[in-house]
Amino acid sequence: MSAVALSRSYGSNRAAHDVSLELRRGEVLGLLGPNGAGKTTTMQMLTGNLAPSAGTVTVCGIDLIDRPTAAKARIGYLPEVPPLYRELRVDEYLRLAGRLHKIRKSALHAAVERTKSRCGLSDMGRRLIGSLSKGYQQRVGIAQAIIHEPEVIILDEPTVGLDPNQIREIRSLIRSLGSDHSVILSTHILPEVEAICDRVQILHRGEVVFSDSIGGLRQFRGGHWLQVALHRPPPAEELATVCGSAEVQQVNASMFRIKPSDGEDPTDALVRACVEHDWGLYQLQPAHASLEEVFVHLTQREADEAPGREGVGT
Amino acid sequence: MIFTLAAKELRSMFASPLAWVVLAFLQLIFAWIFLARVDYFLTIQGQLARLPNPPGLTDIAIAPVFGVASFVLLMSVPLLTMRLIAEERRNQTMTLLMSAPVSMTEIVLGKFLAMVGFLGIVLLLILAMGLSLLAGGEVDLGLIAANSVGLMLLASSFAAIGLFVSCLTNLPVVAAVLSLAVLLGLWIVNIAASDPQSPLHVVSLLRHFESFTGGSIAVVDLVYFVVLIALFIVLSIRRLDADRLRA
Repeated sequence: MSAVALSRSYGSNRAAHDVSLELRRGEVLGLLGPNGAGKTTTMQMLTGNLAPSAGTVTVCGIDLIDRPTAAKARIGYLPEVPPLYRELRVDEYLRLAGRLHKIRKSALHAAVERTKSRCGLSDMGRRLIGSLSKGYQQRVGIAQAIIHEPEVIILDEPTVGLDPNQIREIRSLIRSLGSDHSVILSTHILPEVEAICDRVQILHRGEVVFSDSIGGLRQFRGGHWLQVALHRPPPAEELATVCGSAEVQQVNASMFRIKPSDGEDPTDALVRACVEHDWGLYQLQPAHASLEEVFVHLTQREADEAPGREGVGT
Repeated sequence: MIFTLAAKELRSMFASPLAWVVLAFLQLIFAWIFLARVDYFLTIQGQLARLPNPPGLTDIAIAPVFGVASFVLLMSVPLLTMRLIAEERRNQTMTLLMSAPVSMTEIVLGKFLAMVGFLGIVLLLILAMGLSLLAGGEVDLGLIAANSVGLMLLASSFAAIGLFVSCLTNLPVVAAVLSLAVLLGLWIVNIAASDPQSPLHVVSLLRHFESFTGGSIAVVDLVYFVVLIALFIVLSIRRLDADRLRA
């Protein structure tokens, strides 16, 4: 699947601008971004629910705008709110979803059973969807998206509102889907992306600000801060001098976060200084930047480098 | 695919009490009128015999039921059509249909067909009552056929208009009130037109239905209803397509 230069505006509000993405077979791509970053808009455009103002989407070489039915047959979509008919039973609903996706009548029963066992719904076939718990409803939503064995599965915030156990189950389900389908997944939870995805794109205000493998993201997050805890801390300025004119933030009385100037690793110098001055070092770790910090960093860097955004995320 | 969608729609309809309540309510009214008219026929039967060309059982007992049905359906079809699109939007289930490899035309036709199916059930119930008179009297089958065709076309136009109005909003209640207003408007639009040549008579639903109740199936009336239905179905499809563009 690939999308090139998708844009969509609502009036003067740019919901997505120049979003491009590429998904290879058997890959899990994470779309990450804060609320209102344009994730849902992008996904709606990818699934043909929303016509882009500009740009093209192709699924397995089929243009979504020219041949919507052929392209949509290859996509499974779970929107933010699962599209469930509460008055139907799980079996009835999945049969309907299967029929809508042009599964032949003879193959329908097998498809429903296979999908149910895959999503852990085998005992729920006779239950009314309205009477299921949220976790199970979410599974029915996922089942609906995969019943026709689509090449591409698009999941919009699949773990929102679930309890930790359910989140774990859904995540492992998604990971298992990733082995023979391609998956695009949106979320605003960074660890989720790290747990499931192979690649990640970060959206901010409707634009892609970061696109890299998950390893790249980890490096990006980890490489910028050093967290130090000292029993007998010196003033922050002294730490800054030791680390070679780095930026130092005091987290609390004994904890500091150090942001080294580019390309330098002050760890060595810092440990030596701690021993020398008897500061009582008891913790030293690379601090993972939170999602907000990643955003701040990405957007600031973007502002600094504008308009040369080619360098981002390599 | 259209039939899959229609079957789903009918299943949803009958899964909620609304369809059952409407059916029961309609049947109660029709049966009540029917009973009263049969009773009336029996009391005046003696006098009728003395007339040179007396109206028959069908004219007195069955035709009025169709007349009442036309108006009662005008009031109740909006209740059924209100949820067709509006509720799917509100429950965000429209996405399932929009992301499936199904065209907008199929979605709209499927929903329309489901409504026609439901109205067919209503018609069957009326027919069952009317034809029960075959057991003990003479029934004018031609007149019943004309009335049935007329009622079906009329009710289908209600459904098409209701479907379109349901596409305009995501609040079912608004859809119901709005379609009722539109239908009533089309029903009585010619009430103030005293000139028999007035073009308002052409658009009036009542006017075109009246010839069917008289027992004649005129091409003009057939064309009127078919065009009306087609127009609102096309409008619904256009409206839903525009949704995707504007959202």
